[in-house]
Amino acid sequence: MLELIKQPWPWYTSGLAISFIMVILIFFGKSFGFSSNLRTMCSILGAGKWVSFFNFDWKAERWNLLFLIGSVIGGFISANWLQSDVPLNLSEATIQDLQKLNIQFDGNIVPSQLFNWDFLSTGKGLLIFLGGGFLIGFGTRYAGGCTSGHAISGLSNLQIPSLIAVIGFFIGGLVMTHLIFPLLF
Amino acid sequence: MIKSVKYILAGTLFGIIMSKSEAISWYRIQEMFRFQSFHMFGIMGTAVITGVIAVWLMKKLKSRDVEGNPISFTDKEKSWRRYLFGGTIFGLGWALTGACPGPVFVLLGQGYLVMIVVIIGSLLGTFVYGLLRHRLPH
Repeated sequence: MLELIKQPWPWYTSGLAISFIMVILIFFGKSFGFSSNLRTMCSILGAGKWVSFFNFDWKAERWNLLFLIGSVIGGFISANWLQSDVPLNLSEATIQDLQKLNIQFDGNIVPSQLFNWDFLSTGKGLLIFLGGGFLIGFGTRYAGGCTSGHAISGLSNLQIPSLIAVIGFFIGGLVMTHLIFPLLF
Repeated sequence: MIKSVKYILAGTLFGIIMSKSEAISWYRIQEMFRFQSFHMFGIMGTAVITGVIAVWLMKKLKSRDVEGNPISFTDKEKSWRRYLFGGTIFGLGWALTGACPGPVFVLLGQGYLVMIVVIIGSLLGTFVYGLLRHRLPH
């Protein structure tokens, strides 16, 4: 059993497992949406003193913070006990495209040449990590949700606004990948 | 106590699923935005199709949650500007960092401590949205 879990999961198992998470949370009387945690965290940090948007009873959102803590634990468990020896099965075309941008495919989950403090301490590294985070935080709150809230929960409930949001996710992602990446790397 | 533990357990399961599905992979996100593999589309497609069926069933069967309350679904507020503009801004960040909010925290748990900087950035972004909210088209 453990050996089976350790293998990289096929897409259909993964997809089914993700909708299972959504269903569990609905049965807990909640809804699956991760990015609202960022608003809650701002509120806990005292942002409500300046901006009324953060002035709400964050304790009602405590369950989602616990879910967030769980997700960190899940990452830790996966990295330490559920790692497979098989390198990521990335498509050859992507490997070659990235090589043209001088990003090497190293078989890990993320490129180690970017995800380290040395790269982060360069101007470009800081722009990517801090700036990228800023766009995520600003964009998800503006759109009222991220991949979980719109692409999974919203689309499952056949919400047109969520479809518009997902189209936006792809417009942004395509512009970044095809137009901005060649300038950055 | 049990009440709290169940959310931590659900989150832990989510972190494992995100890791094993490779949805937290910077490489997989690049592959997706280059349309060079079915992997990520298969994951999202399966999740949405089974999700639609599950939600439909829960409505049809008038399901109740664990506390016995009727399960209700709230419609998203009707508009297009905030979804299109906000969604596009998020998409830029998603491709740039290779992670959406959930995976940012899963990767942190995996030991990629640089994600702390992405988290600080996303908190700043959320704060600035709250600050400018009334001036933005929604």
